[in-house]
Amino acid sequence: MNEYADLLIIGAGPAGMAAALAAAPSGARIVMLDDNPLAGGQIWRDGPQASLPARARQLRERLQSHTNIRHHRGTRVIANPGPKQLLVEDDDHGWLISYDKLILCTGARELLLPFPGWTLPGVTGAGGLQALIKAGLAVRDERVVIAGSGPLLLASAATAKKHGATVLRIAEQASFASVAGFAAQLPRWPAKWLQSFSLFNRHYRAATHVIAALGTERLEGVRLQQQGKIVELECDRLACGFGLIPNIQLGQALAYAIQGQALAVDTWQASNHPDHFAAGECTGFGGSELALVEGAIAGHAAVGDVAAARQLWPRRARWQGFANALNQAFALDPQLKSLAHPDTLVCRCEDVAYAALAGHTDWREAKLASRCGMGACQGRVCGGAVQHLFGWQPSAPRPPFSPARIETLMCLDDTPPA
Amino acid sequence: MPELMLDGHALRVAEGTSVAAALALGGNGCSRTSVSGQRRAPLCGMGICQECRVTIDGRRRLACQTLCRDGMQVETQP
Amino acid sequence: MNQGHVADVIVIGAGIIGAACAQALARRGLQVLVLDAGLHNATAAGMGHLLVLDDNPAELALSDYSLQRWREHGPDLPDGCAYRNNGTLWLAANAEEMAVAHSKCLNLQAQGVACELIGASALRQREPELRESLEGGLLINGDGILYAPATANWMLDTPNIRQRRARVTEVDGHRVRLDDGHWLSAEAVVLANGVQANELCPDLPIEPKKGHLLITDRYPATVTHTLVELGYVTSAHNAKGPSVACNIQPRPTGQLFIGASRQFGTTDPQVEGWMLAKMLKRAAEYMPGLARLNGIRAWTGFRAASPDGLPLVGQHPQRRGLWLAVGHEGLGVTTAPGTADLLVAQLFNETPPLAAQPYLPQRFLGEPVYA
Repeated sequence: MNEYADLLIIGAGPAGMAAALAAAPSGARIVMLDDNPLAGGQIWRDGPQASLPARARQLRERLQSHTNIRHHRGTRVIANPGPKQLLVEDDDHGWLISYDKLILCTGARELLLPFPGWTLPGVTGAGGLQALIKAGLAVRDERVVIAGSGPLLLASAATAKKHGATVLRIAEQASFASVAGFAAQLPRWPAKWLQSFSLFNRHYRAATHVIAALGTERLEGVRLQQQGKIVELECDRLACGFGLIPNIQLGQALAYAIQGQALAVDTWQASNHPDHFAAGECTGFGGSELALVEGAIAGHAAVGDVAAARQLWPRRARWQGFANALNQAFALDPQLKSLAHPDTLVCRCEDVAYAALAGHTDWREAKLASRCGMGACQGRVCGGAVQHLFGWQPSAPRPPFSPARIETLMCLDDTPPA
Repeated sequence: MPELMLDGHALRVAEGTSVAAALALGGNGCSRTSVSGQRRAPLCGMGICQECRVTIDGRRRLACQTLCRDGMQVETQP
Repeated sequence: MNQGHVADVIVIGAGIIGAACAQALARRGLQVLVLDAGLHNATAAGMGHLLVLDDNPAELALSDYSLQRWREHGPDLPDGCAYRNNGTLWLAANAEEMAVAHSKCLNLQAQGVACELIGASALRQREPELRESLEGGLLINGDGILYAPATANWMLDTPNIRQRRARVTEVDGHRVRLDDGHWLSAEAVVLANGVQANELCPDLPIEPKKGHLLITDRYPATVTHTLVELGYVTSAHNAKGPSVACNIQPRPTGQLFIGASRQFGTTDPQVEGWMLAKMLKRAAEYMPGLARLNGIRAWTGFRAASPDGLPLVGQHPQRRGLWLAVGHEGLGVTTAPGTADLLVAQLFNETPPLAAQPYLPQRFLGEPVYA
C-alpha cells in the first residue's frame, strides 16, 4: 500500500491539528500521522479520565469534518527511504507515504534525569503520570509526590488530585524568586489553564528536589532536599520530570538545521529545505497556545497562503514571549547533575550505570564502551539525560526511527539504486 | 467495557483505557523485566521510554499507546 | 619535532586486531603504545561471531587455531565480553547444499574440528523457529560469539600497554607521524587499522566491504545457535556485486542479531533501505517468524577485505620496521588470537604456532628487499 499526500503532517497535537485545519480550505490532500490512539498530543491527551477543554474538542470535530484530512492513528515513522518518502507503520501494517510538503509537529518529551531509585515501579515522569491517569490509571487514595521542574508539575498535580490522589508535595527545583517572578508575569497571558497556576498550593515547595526514590521492589517513599533540609516522605507514586526537550530525531534524519536543542525554522515555520516545515514544541518549548499559532502559520505557508500566515505573526510573537519567560524561570540548577550515584542506572534499556559512562569523552565512545543508548528507546531517555549531565550531543539518528516490525522494514524496495 | 487477559488473569476496564493503565488495575503495574532482572513499569506514558513494552496477542507493543480491546492477551513476562 | 623513542612497539589501531597484538606483545614484556584515531571501526560494528571457515586450507588453519585459543581463554573474559560457546549451525536449503554440508563436515573433521551433520527433523527440534522445508544442517560445536568492543578494551587493559587518542598521518618504517606534526619512533610499528590502512600504506590491496546489521528487541530462547545459510559460502562470501546471506545470531540478552550483507565500492556509512530490506527478506526466508519481531537498531560497518580473503600478517617487504596485521574482512574477531601469535612469533624470530607463509604480505607486495 503506497499513499500520497500533498501535505503530510507528523503529529496530531495542537500544532499538527492547527496545521491541518489551516491548510484544509486549500483542498490539498492532507495526511496526519500520530503515534497515539487519539489526536491531541500530550496536553490534550484523551482518555477515560481526561477532560478535554472545549477548544480541543472543537478542533477535533473540525478535523473530522474535512474530507480532505486523513488521520492515521497509532502510526510511527520508521525510515525515509527516498526524497519526500517515509516508511511508516501502525499496529497492523507498514506502508510508504510520498508527499509534496511536510510539516513536523513531533512535540517534546520530558527530560528525565537519573537519581537513585528512579527505576522502581511507582516512579514516572510528571507528565508521564498525568498521561497515565488520563488513560485510566487509578490513583484514588494513593499518596503522590510530584517533583522536577516547570508548570507541568502543577498540571500533573491537579490531574492526580482530581482523580482522588493525595498530593503530598510538589517539589520545584527552581528558586521561589524565579517561580514568583514568572507568576507575576502571568497576567500578560490570560488563559484558562494559567489561571489554575497557584503558588498558594500548600504542598508546593520551591528550591526543592528529589534526592532518591526509596523502596525495594517498588516505590515506598522519597527523600527530598527541601530548601536545604533533608525530608523523607512515604508515598505510593513519584512523578518526576525536569522540563521538556524537543523531539528532533525525525527532523535530524531529514537534515533539518538544529538551533539549540530544537528544529530551526524561519518566520514561515520553514526549515532549510524547500517544502519542509516544522511547528510546535519540536521547534522549541512554548506551550499549547504557541504551538497552535505556529502550526497554523506552517499550514498556511505550506499551501501557499502567505497572507494568512503573515497575519498570525503578531500572535506568535506574543506567545513566544511567554515561552521565553518560562524557559528562564525554570532553568535547571546545576546540583541536579550530581543526583546520580556511581551505581545509578542512566540507560534503562541496557541497564548501564553512571559509573560506566563518566570519564568518556563523547556519546559515541560511551555508547560503544557501555552499550548506553543501544536499546529500544534509541537513546531518547538516556541521551536527553547525558546531554544535560555531560553536554554530549547525540548522534544523528538512523532508521528505524522507532522500533519497527521486521516485516515493515521488508516493505522497503530491495532493488539497488541505479 | 472490554475484558482482557493480563498474565493469565481476566480484567475488565473502562472503554478507552490504555494497556499501561490496565497493568496497575489488574496487577502490580509492571510491564517488563530489565536486562539485570529488575521489574519495570511505565515511565513516560507517551511512547518514548519503551519501559512499557509488553506482548499483546503475540506481538511486542507499547502498553501506553495501546487501548484495551475485548479478548486482548497481554503478557508482561519476560 | 621529535618525541623520539616512545615504546618498544607502536600499534596503530585499537580494534580487536590491534588490541590482540598489543596484548600479546605486552605479555612478552614489551612496552606498547597503541594509537587510535577514534573513527568508526569494524570491531564496533561487527557481529562478534567466532567461527571456523574452511574456504581454503589457510583460512581453516588460522580460524581453527584461533578458535582453540578463544575456547581456552574465553571463559576468563569478563562478563561484559559476553563470550558464549553456542556453536554455528550451517543451514542447507536443498540437497545440493546438504552435499556441501557433507563435504564440509569431512574437511573439518580431518582438521580435528568437532562438527556433526543434522537431518531435517533434528534441525527443527534444535531450532523450532526455522522454516519447515530445510534439508538439514551442519553444527560446528566449537564456534561461539562475543561482544568485540568490550573484548578489545579488556585486551588493551594489560600492563605495559599505553593508549593514546591520535591520528597517524605518515608511517616511515619504525616511525610514525601524528597529525600534530610530531614523529614517534619505536623498534617496530604494527599497522592494524583495517580499512584506514591504505591511507598510510597505499600499496596495500585492501578494499572496504560494507555490511549492514540489525538487532531486535529481546525475545529470549528463540534461537540457540548462530544460524548461517550454506548459500553464504556460494553467494555472499565470494560475490562481486552486492549480496546478502542469512545470518542470525542469538545474543545472550535474548536479542537477535541479523546479518549479513556485502557491498563493494562505497564508503558511505548510511543505512541503505534497499539493502536492509534485501537482507531481512533473506533472513526471514529461513526464519519466517522474524517478520513479526521488532528491530530496534540498524547500522553499517566496513570490513577490510584482501583479494584472497586472507589477512596480511608480517613485516612489510619494502619497509623495514613496519609490520602489517590487516585485511581480515569478516574474520577479524575470530582470527585475532592467531594473528597476534603469528605477528609476535615473526617479530621475535620464533617458530610460529601455525605456518605463517600463506598470510605473508609479500604475496601481494613483492619479495623482501632486506635480509
